[in-house]
Amino acid sequence: MADTAVETPSPAKLEVSDEVAIQITNMNKWYGTFHVLRDIDLTVHRGERIVIAGPSGSGKSTLIRCINALEEHQRGRIEVDGTVLSSDIKNIDTIRSEVGMVFQHFNLFPHLTILENCTLAPIWVRKIPKHEAEKTAMHFLEKVKIPEQADKYPGQLSGGQQQRVAIARSLCMRPRIMLFDEPTSALDPEMIKEVLDTMVELAEEGMTMICVTHEMGFARQVANRVIFMDQGQIVEQNEPEEFFNNPKNPRTQLFLSQILGH
Amino acid sequence: MSDVHAQSVGWVRDTLIDQQPPPVTEAGAVKWVRSNLFSTIPNAILTLAALWVLWRLLSGVAPWILNGIWDAPSLSACREILDGATGGCFAVLAERWNQLLFGFQYPSELYWRPMSAFLLLFVAIAPVLFYKTFPRQMLIFTAIYPFLAYWLIWGGSLLTPVCAGLGFVIGYLVYARLVTQSFAMGFFGGIAAALVFWWITGALNFTGILMMERVESRNLGGFMLNLILGTVCVSLSIPFGIALALGRQSDMPIIKWICVVFIEFIRGVPLITLLFVANVVLAYFLPPGSNFDLILRVIIMITMFASAYIAEVIRGGLAALPKGQYEAADSLGLDYAQAMRLIILPQALKISIPGIVNVAVGLFKDTTLVSVISMFDLVGMIRGPILASTEWNGVYWELLGFAALLFFVTCYGISQYSQWLERQLNTDRR
Repeated sequence: MADTAVETPSPAKLEVSDEVAIQITNMNKWYGTFHVLRDIDLTVHRGERIVIAGPSGSGKSTLIRCINALEEHQRGRIEVDGTVLSSDIKNIDTIRSEVGMVFQHFNLFPHLTILENCTLAPIWVRKIPKHEAEKTAMHFLEKVKIPEQADKYPGQLSGGQQQRVAIARSLCMRPRIMLFDEPTSALDPEMIKEVLDTMVELAEEGMTMICVTHEMGFARQVANRVIFMDQGQIVEQNEPEEFFNNPKNPRTQLFLSQILGH
Repeated sequence: MSDVHAQSVGWVRDTLIDQQPPPVTEAGAVKWVRSNLFSTIPNAILTLAALWVLWRLLSGVAPWILNGIWDAPSLSACREILDGATGGCFAVLAERWNQLLFGFQYPSELYWRPMSAFLLLFVAIAPVLFYKTFPRQMLIFTAIYPFLAYWLIWGGSLLTPVCAGLGFVIGYLVYARLVTQSFAMGFFGGIAAALVFWWITGALNFTGILMMERVESRNLGGFMLNLILGTVCVSLSIPFGIALALGRQSDMPIIKWICVVFIEFIRGVPLITLLFVANVVLAYFLPPGSNFDLILRVIIMITMFASAYIAEVIRGGLAALPKGQYEAADSLGLDYAQAMRLIILPQALKISIPGIVNVAVGLFKDTTLVSVISMFDLVGMIRGPILASTEWNGVYWELLGFAALLFFVTCYGISQYSQWLERQLNTDRR
């Protein structure tokens, strides 16, 4: 894996508070009879930057999609920002508006301009007046460095630009937690850096982040905790330094040797 | 300068050559004819054959049209004037013009009423069809138009359509108040409120208040009837079709089941059967003496038929959207109604435009089927009163050609509009 180096303060400098942002207790999920997630226990504190790694099919994406109820879990308990996830729709919508999500395939709305993509949810969910929502949107578009594209449509942008818009779109809802589901996996190598830069900047501002990614350079620099999953279970978690230099579980060792070994 | 040229091996052009016209064989009409019509021997043969067919067609049709008689009291008078020469007897169109447009029972002194309803139709649909050009405020007139048009065409007391409209307003107000508690409560509360209001006002007698002369439904006819049925059924079946398509995708089993049964049943039955049901069978189920208008019954049947088809077209559009669009809308905290209205439907409907227009055009032409249940629409008029009359018995080509032309112009217009709309909405591929 190319080490998309970004100059950052070491992760230790970024503060993690004691406040719990996400608490997952004994969570299980099945697709039909297939046991995708098994006994997941995970506590995320406010300000933590967690990277989830693992082979494909290990349940990483499913795990973070359970956090904002894009997937239902069948057993166990998920608590986000003090709200317990239940099947109540109002409850789910509240959690979703507090938790931003960035997808592998961007999922921008192709029939709306970049600006409209960013203002839609604040206007309709948060009931913010249009001009104010536009001001916020421009602020975040400047932050991801594409304010000049505001009036274009997603189809006119490159993949990296689209993904940065997707990040800005989530930020416009002022979420307290951001989930990233393989945000760079669908991008050309030269575009990966611009997206990772944006994410690093976000991390430096103290955003609570959970990121499913194969970018180990990013994990090393930004994460304060790396989680390794295999066969629907959390197999190992540790600080990045320890995780990469001194993996304990043989599966982790195998995985790391495979992705770092070339 | 020039002496430098002469002595050096290198060479610089000092005068530019002006543009020259290409040789005659490589430009303009000659080149086009060569490369498109006579490029190969089989191509040349086909060209000549096509020219011959065209010539035969034109030499047959042109005199028929050009020699046409536009002023004669009957077919026999026409033939006398023609005296054996080829020529169409278009006099029937001139003489029966009003019958073709309005039917034979609509009072002629009231023709201005459907005519003004027709002209106002363009004002009403303009802000819907060309939403970027016309101000949004015009939509208020669009909302009023159905009731105004009803009053213009059918007449009677103005209070009847006003009460019908007020029923919708009251239903909406009740819905808006209750929907904050739960959608189902708002939905059914709104419907109940509107029904109660209609039931109360239906018992009142408005005769004599703000009256225009009343025209009964059975006296409507001609192309006007096709236009009424077409416009009403298309504009009703699109929202019903959307609702059915969404219902079919619903997680709630009862709603899903109802929608599936409705769609599959209606699609599996010929329209003409439904029209016979509307005409004959429904009367058995209604209380005797109840005045359930035939046109209303036909409108209900055609709308049901068309909405089942449109629902399937829209379902195709919904299925074509990537799942990520639903997930992105969900992950931003939009609720179901918002996600559908702002994200999913705009895209799904855009994909469905060709299919919807296909159904709409087919539906508009199918309105001529009402001639089978003895309603005198354009085709009904031609087949019935006009061809059966002693004056015009036997004038098939001119009349049916005229009907075909009217429908063609309307349907071609719809099709052109839809293509323009697709280009307008084409945002994802530059």
